[in-house]
Amino acid sequence: MQVPSHFEYERATGVEEVLALLAKYGPEARVVAGGHSLLPMMKLRLATPDALIDINDVSELSYIRVEGDELLIGALVRHAELLASPVVAEHFPIFRDAERVIADPIVRNRGTIGGSLCQADPSEDLSAAFAAVRATVVIRNADGSRTLPVREFHTGPYETEVGDGELLTEVRVPIRPGGSSAYEKVDRRAGDWPLAAAGAALWLDGGTVADVGIGLTAVGAKHFVAAEAEEYLRGRPADEDSFAEAGRIAAEHCDPVADQRGPADYKRHLAGELTTRVLRRAAERART
Amino acid sequence: MKITVTVNGQEYDRDVEPRLLLVHFLRDELGLTGTHWGCDTSNCGVCTVCLDGTPVKSCTVLAVMADGKSVRTVEGLEQDGELDPVQKGFVECHGLQCGFCTPGMLMTSRWLLDNNPDPSDHEVREAISGQLCRCTGYENIVRAVRWAAEHPGTSTSTSTSEEEVTA
Ligand code: FES
Ligand code: FES
Repeated sequence: MQVPSHFEYERATGVEEVLALLAKYGPEARVVAGGHSLLPMMKLRLATPDALIDINDVSELSYIRVEGDELLIGALVRHAELLASPVVAEHFPIFRDAERVIADPIVRNRGTIGGSLCQADPSEDLSAAFAAVRATVVIRNADGSRTLPVREFHTGPYETEVGDGELLTEVRVPIRPGGSSAYEKVDRRAGDWPLAAAGAALWLDGGTVADVGIGLTAVGAKHFVAAEAEEYLRGRPADEDSFAEAGRIAAEHCDPVADQRGPADYKRHLAGELTTRVLRRAAERART
Repeated sequence: MKITVTVNGQEYDRDVEPRLLLVHFLRDELGLTGTHWGCDTSNCGVCTVCLDGTPVKSCTVLAVMADGKSVRTVEGLEQDGELDPVQKGFVECHGLQCGFCTPGMLMTSRWLLDNNPDPSDHEVREAISGQLCRCTGYENIVRAVRWAAEHPGTSTSTSTSEEEVTA
């Protein structure tokens, strides 16, 4: 039986209370929501926080809404809610694609958007999806709040810009006309981590790629982004040749490592192929 | 830490360590051993219970997180001595072999049917994709859930009619 080590437990009902509790318990306190990454790590004693601050009742962080030309997603939104949201599906099919293949339905009932981003697992899907659509994140602290692009949020594996005494509260996705998006992953079985996955958001100007975002998961892409492929594609014709070349560039510039899920060259191949596929699908969706 | 959890309609007060997992609270503190405990890593789904109406894997939820909330376990499926249609479906269609995965399968199936009363085989398979059957009896599990969908209000007395969809 795997048992976490001792910790203090506090349940917060508001963001201010969370910040006060983080200040009270100091840097060895951890925020818990779904807990589907943190609790397993605590069972294995890979994480031994002094205190857990439960934010499951902080309902003010549980919303999905459009404000102006942005989609706002509260940090406590569950994967299942993102998957089921009609407004998300309307503007960003990439999230519906991704959420269908994140973990399994029961885990998706519990896991949260904010938790996924903050866990910053290199194999986690939403980081790449949010990178593709160029989201920004809102971080609250005692002095107020700050925002930063999600492409600058992850500072390394399992590391983010969220500092001591801070809380990720919201993800904002700019809504721009003329585009669409898609996500695809290859995994060995339901609920497993991906061998590789790719997401793309594409904006068209007639037959030309006006702008593009490409996210890569589990293949060692810096900040989950295929920057060189994006650069290549901008201003090119939105056709098969361009998408194939973008895939080739994405594969060339990522840095997958071999593990029990597969060898590096296979993952590199997948990164390229999946990039091409999601670009193709995003373009199809943008045209309809 | 003192907590109050309503399980299958009954309120329980207990003093527990914050690190106690919900699955062990149910099994060891309350003696409700219908909820099984397997992989301990939120992979297999045998520990699935409903927390405030939503199925969760109770090996990855702390008992203190359920304080003030309500939990439904497999013991709570039966109503007034009558098995739930999903339970009857598993009987009718031989939906279990060793029975280890069954409590989780039943809780997930009940939730599926509450939200989607007439799921396709594919939708059933997607819904139970977080539940592992060690005996690999998925075909009959899907049949059992479909049986329950087709017999939403079955009573014990009619459950042995010719409409059986056995393998
Ligand atoms: S014991 Fe909880 S998912 Fe396996
Ligand atoms: S019946 Fe044996 S594990 Fe499913």
